[in-house]
Amino acid sequence: MSKPQNAPGDVRSKSLVDYLNDENVRAVLYQIIAIGLVILAGWYLVSNTLHNLEKQNISTGYGFLDLEASFEISETMIDYSAKSDYASALIVGLLNTVKVSVLGIVLCTIIGIIFGIARLSSNWIVRKLATVYVETFRNIPVLLQLFFWYALIPAAFPHPRDALEPLPGVLLTSRGMYLPVPLADNAYTLMGIAAIIAFVAIYFIKKWATKRQDATGQPFPMLLTGIGIFVGLVFLAYLIGGAPTELSTPALKGFNIQGGYNISPEFMAVLIGLTVYTSTYVAEVVRSGIQAVSSGQWEAADSLGIKRSVALRKVILPQSMRVAIPPLTNQYLNLTKNSSLAVAVGYPDLVSVSNTTMNQTGQAIEAISIFMSVYLGLSLLTSLFMNWFNNKMALVER
Amino acid sequence: MKIQTILAAGAMTVAAIAAQNAQAGAVLDGIKAKGFVQCGVNTGLPGFSAANAEGKWEGIDVDVCRGIAAALLGDANSVQYTPLTAAQRFTALQSGEIDILSRNTTATTTRDAKLGLTFVGINYYDGQGFLIPKALGVSATELDGATVCVEPGTTTELNLADYFRAKGMSFEPVVIENINEATAAFFSGRCDVYTTDASGLASIRTQMAENPDDYAILPEIISKEPLGPVVAQGDEQWSDVARWALIAMIEAEEYGVTMENVDDMKANSTNPGVQRLLGVSPGMGEALGLDEAWAYNIIKQVGNYGESYEKNVTAKLGLERGLNALWTDGGLQYAWPVR
Repeated sequence: MSKPQNAPGDVRSKSLVDYLNDENVRAVLYQIIAIGLVILAGWYLVSNTLHNLEKQNISTGYGFLDLEASFEISETMIDYSAKSDYASALIVGLLNTVKVSVLGIVLCTIIGIIFGIARLSSNWIVRKLATVYVETFRNIPVLLQLFFWYALIPAAFPHPRDALEPLPGVLLTSRGMYLPVPLADNAYTLMGIAAIIAFVAIYFIKKWATKRQDATGQPFPMLLTGIGIFVGLVFLAYLIGGAPTELSTPALKGFNIQGGYNISPEFMAVLIGLTVYTSTYVAEVVRSGIQAVSSGQWEAADSLGIKRSVALRKVILPQSMRVAIPPLTNQYLNLTKNSSLAVAVGYPDLVSVSNTTMNQTGQAIEAISIFMSVYLGLSLLTSLFMNWFNNKMALVER
Repeated sequence: MKIQTILAAGAMTVAAIAAQNAQAGAVLDGIKAKGFVQCGVNTGLPGFSAANAEGKWEGIDVDVCRGIAAALLGDANSVQYTPLTAAQRFTALQSGEIDILSRNTTATTTRDAKLGLTFVGINYYDGQGFLIPKALGVSATELDGATVCVEPGTTTELNLADYFRAKGMSFEPVVIENINEATAAFFSGRCDVYTTDASGLASIRTQMAENPDDYAILPEIISKEPLGPVVAQGDEQWSDVARWALIAMIEAEEYGVTMENVDDMKANSTNPGVQRLLGVSPGMGEALGLDEAWAYNIIKQVGNYGESYEKNVTAKLGLERGLNALWTDGGLQYAWPVR
């Protein structure tokens, strides 16, 4: 069938109304309008804010970051004193946030997995205890839990003068826990390098072992070998470095315990609070992950004569990970974000330091914009890492 | 929904926000329109601003807001209170959430010039001190290595660092935003020392300690803390009203006009200063854009500065007038002349 020539529709150019009635044109048009409105609203808010700040004689800009902070921070991972600038103060806060978040994530994962498995235990007492733990700590707001731990720690331990010493050199006081630490020595740098070498070696041996097992079915005692290599190398480095034995031991001097490493009650309260709270969610994620693996997998492992504990480790958990990782990512993000509640119990995290900065300089919008973008960055990084991990763990079709 | 309707709704929303902002300059008009003063106060500092057993706010800082409400609206009770922590206070004022901040706030260069604020006067001259358990038995120069509890976002926090730096001593700060949490940490033994303004220490010691006699305020005062009410820049008429309401309270004490004798003074006083203050000879109210009975209303409903001090600070905290006595008695309170 040939196309009819000179059909009226072809000759007449499309009118505007025809265009507006075209579904495709409309779809694009709506999107443009929507984006335009969003940009307009954003522009309106920003320009209005700047205008109002100027009208009220409030100074703007990030110039304050170079000024002397003039306030002290109790826990710093880098060199900081009241003479440092606001930028360093904010970095101190950021590092404190990262410290408590990373430790919290590691601990809540370990505790969560234990309780998640315990909730499915065939032992009645273990099962019920795990249920009580999960249901109690999951249903109390995390801020209240922080207050609880922070009220408990200074009250439960004695004043530094009558410090408890459960282990030689370890002191427990109302000002926190003090641990003996080795005095700085070149040997420790050497040991760090040895540890890195050990990890690289273990990585390659593991690769080889997996390959061999795939090819021949022969298992390799990876765990023991790994521990052996790590301990051996690090200990060797320690001996080469001259085996320093000097310790900085905590002892009462003046008002406070001096020396050693101090774990403050604020840090403990935040770490325990966040870990306990989040571990209950992790436990539920793990339990749901395990239950998502069909019971046929258990039965198959049984029929091959695999021990139940080995079956859990080698058959069930790897499969349940695939279900568990996405919700686990959510929990890690929640923990990082919840760490901003640390300000309530005086742990000098990013929010706490930003609040002080904001108040001393009056640059509220700037300070808030800094910590909001930092939290966004931290969350995105966590997300990226977990997505990568998820892809790695995903079922590979063969 | 038609596209025109959506666009119209959007345009109206934008217009409504714009209109709201156009009026934001006139704080005074806003207060008159809503019929009350929104006053930012401390979350709980007995003697300065704290809610009593009936939930009514009391204190010398609260009386400043009540005085302003009496002068502007004729009723000292036309005040609504917003309890604020040290860290929240300036943002609340800058954003217009409150009309005036009367919360033991130290006047400093940065706050006055960089934060867009105006200090309208000083209602309490104070200085920073240290509160310690008596058992500790040290002076302020022997605090090397001490753990110190302090509220964040205060001049106190900065003075503390300055003081230890100047003396070549070290300290470990424990920084907690909420005053109740911070004092709880101190009383539980988390800190050796609590530091804030001497008046605040007296308040914490007498009102919050289980046994006040176990604690002592060190005699050393390490800073100057002129505390006063603050307003946002941009409405000069409003800052004038706030400034002169505070001055009228001090001026009334200088003239001996009290809550009790104010009616008598208004009817019988022949002192031209008193007559001007109480509006018998008119002009002052008009100058400020207020009713001529503005100062009369303050004194009748709130009392003069001395009465407010006596009722709140002396009675509750046991603090004498000291620096806050009138200049005629050797103190620093000196009212600009109402004329």
